Amino acid sequence: MSTMTTDIDLLDNITKNFREAKFDVAKESREDAMVKLGDLGLPTGKHEEYRFTPISKNLEKLFTWKSEKSLSTIHSINQFLIEGIDANVLVFINGTYSTTHSKVICPDSQAQVKTISKAFLEENDILNQHFNKLVSTDDAFAAMNTALWQDGVFIHVPANVTVQKPFFILHINDASQTQVIAHTRMLIVAEKGSSLSIIERFESQGSNPVFHTFTEEFAIKENAHLEYCKIQNDCGNSYQVTNTLIHQKNSSKVNTFTLALNGKLIRNNFGITIDGENCESHFYGLSILNGNTLADNHTVVDHKKPNSFSNELYKGIMDDNSKGIFNGKIFVRPHAQKTNAFQSNRNILISEAATINTKPQLEIWADDVKCSHGCTTGQLDEAAVFYLQSRGISYLTAKAMLLYAFAAEVLEPITDEKLKVYLDNLISERLHKDF
Amino acid sequence: MLTIRNLQAKVGEKQILNGIDLKVNAGEVHAIMGPNGSGKSTLASVLSGREDYQVTNGTIDFQGKDLLELSPEVRAREGIFMAFQYPIEIPGVSTINFMKTALNQIREHRGLPTLDAVSFLTLMKEKMKLVEIDQSLLSRALNQGFSGGEKKRNEIFQMAMLEPKLSILDETDSGLDIDALRIVANGVNALRSKKNAIIVITHYQRLLDHIVPDFVHVLYQGKIVKTGTKDLALELEAKGYDWIKEETSVA
Repeated sequence: MSTMTTDIDLLDNITKNFREAKFDVAKESREDAMVKLGDLGLPTGKHEEYRFTPISKNLEKLFTWKSEKSLSTIHSINQFLIEGIDANVLVFINGTYSTTHSKVICPDSQAQVKTISKAFLEENDILNQHFNKLVSTDDAFAAMNTALWQDGVFIHVPANVTVQKPFFILHINDASQTQVIAHTRMLIVAEKGSSLSIIERFESQGSNPVFHTFTEEFAIKENAHLEYCKIQNDCGNSYQVTNTLIHQKNSSKVNTFTLALNGKLIRNNFGITIDGENCESHFYGLSILNGNTLADNHTVVDHKKPNSFSNELYKGIMDDNSKGIFNGKIFVRPHAQKTNAFQSNRNILISEAATINTKPQLEIWADDVKCSHGCTTGQLDEAAVFYLQSRGISYLTAKAMLLYAFAAEVLEPITDEKLKVYLDNLISERLHKDF
Repeated sequence: MLTIRNLQAKVGEKQILNGIDLKVNAGEVHAIMGPNGSGKSTLASVLSGREDYQVTNGTIDFQGKDLLELSPEVRAREGIFMAFQYPIEIPGVSTINFMKTALNQIREHRGLPTLDAVSFLTLMKEKMKLVEIDQSLLSRALNQGFSGGEKKRNEIFQMAMLEPKLSILDETDSGLDIDALRIVANGVNALRSKKNAIIVITHYQRLLDHIVPDFVHVLYQGKIVKTGTKDLALELEAKGYDWIKEETSVA
């Protein structure tokens, strides 16, 4: 691994990158974001939201920040596709949208799909109305992404349309030749009564370090429906910060599932604004970590209107020296009466050195609401292991059965059977399920 | 089949078993009774291989093998079955999947081919009848939300599936109403044969009306202090344990 230690200020390097990049679209929002990033600075271990996630010092230590294009040797993406799922495939390699590997199969009447740059150049109204509207102004990495995004996709689903095939968004970072710094972006606008499904997969290869920021914004309008799945399966030298921001209007439905399996450091900022009545939302997550992986899920569920329901369940299984972090904020604003908001974070540590830091934060201003939160952290239930052993099942199989049972609960809400089977196999393989 | 000699065991620093001698032959049913805290459940736990119990002295021979040398799963594969007093609830694992895994690991150990799905279901349906248990219950997560009676019936169902040589029923009657007790006992009786043996641990004579033992042992202060026939159980039911305690202290 090419490691370079430098005293040069990280922020100066990023600013230099920014100046040299000569972006031709979204110049104003980029400039604003760069100023914002300068004001915020990069979070250190003293920053409350990044206490357990030492990303900045690694960015400083491991990356050269030279403005050069990262080379890729990827010729085929077949190994990254999900068997049996016929999807609209959108591929980014080292932050660049690949027209060669991408394939949109849904008709134009179902969805408008193009790069964000192209939509900007066409002065697309929908894009202009929604771009960068949900991004938090106080997160340095969100600002960094807004300033530096290289490429992105824009998907617009017209009213009352159900997109038949899912969108499969594949991010491959190939660090086999050089280190990779990539900033990618996505904007999805689902008009009234529309419905779509997104599957995101993050992969990387090579032994040089990877730093990837990804920001995605979802405008989910009245009665629209989003199914969302994120699979993070990078290699052990990848540092990744994602910002997933979803805005829901009246009677919309959102189901999300976030699976973290591999990578050196994963930070997911997940923000849901429930800005409508009678919304129903399920946010599920699973981290199965080993080695030195750190996965940090920061979630914010903001109930702004009355009569909506949200349910959040994140689970973690931490082995070896891995670290899990969960921070779950729920806001129920003064007008959001009759809100039902539930949150649960459950973890199993299966080695002495593995850790989890979990913190629920509920702020409720309305008085007629049902809200609950709970977090549990424990070891494998030895009484349950013994019960299985007493029936002739080996210790290793018993352990795998219990961990699998613990993990598989979060797959229940997934409606796409093929996706569910794929995820089930990923989890089974990781947990050495052989029964 | 089973020979226990001078078995002594402790939990933490507390000595519980103080030298148990017991011989169980194939085809026999042994009842072990005794007041609370006499060591009945400890004996069951030691036999099944629970780690919290430390054997400090004595030997257990099971069909020519040193039982204490075997892990819990190997004991089960060799033919030991324990029906738990408090069966564990395991969310996310259905009884069917669990039994299929268990049965196949046992069969593998015994050099038998694993069962395919069809043969397994056929076997399961046959055994379900024995304990009058419904398949819908077995499709659910193991014991989760089961009533006390359902959990105990599930234990006997598992016993029927795994065809053990030596079954230990640890207070299987506790928490059962009359009907459930009858169903469970009928299941156990149907499984009795010349080839297997059963140890019934209980507080109450009423289970022994249904599962009639060949021998009744009284465990007190970690030792078997009296052995008799089923009449001893009736005597205990009528007179309690005080007279045994007195006999023991005099001796």
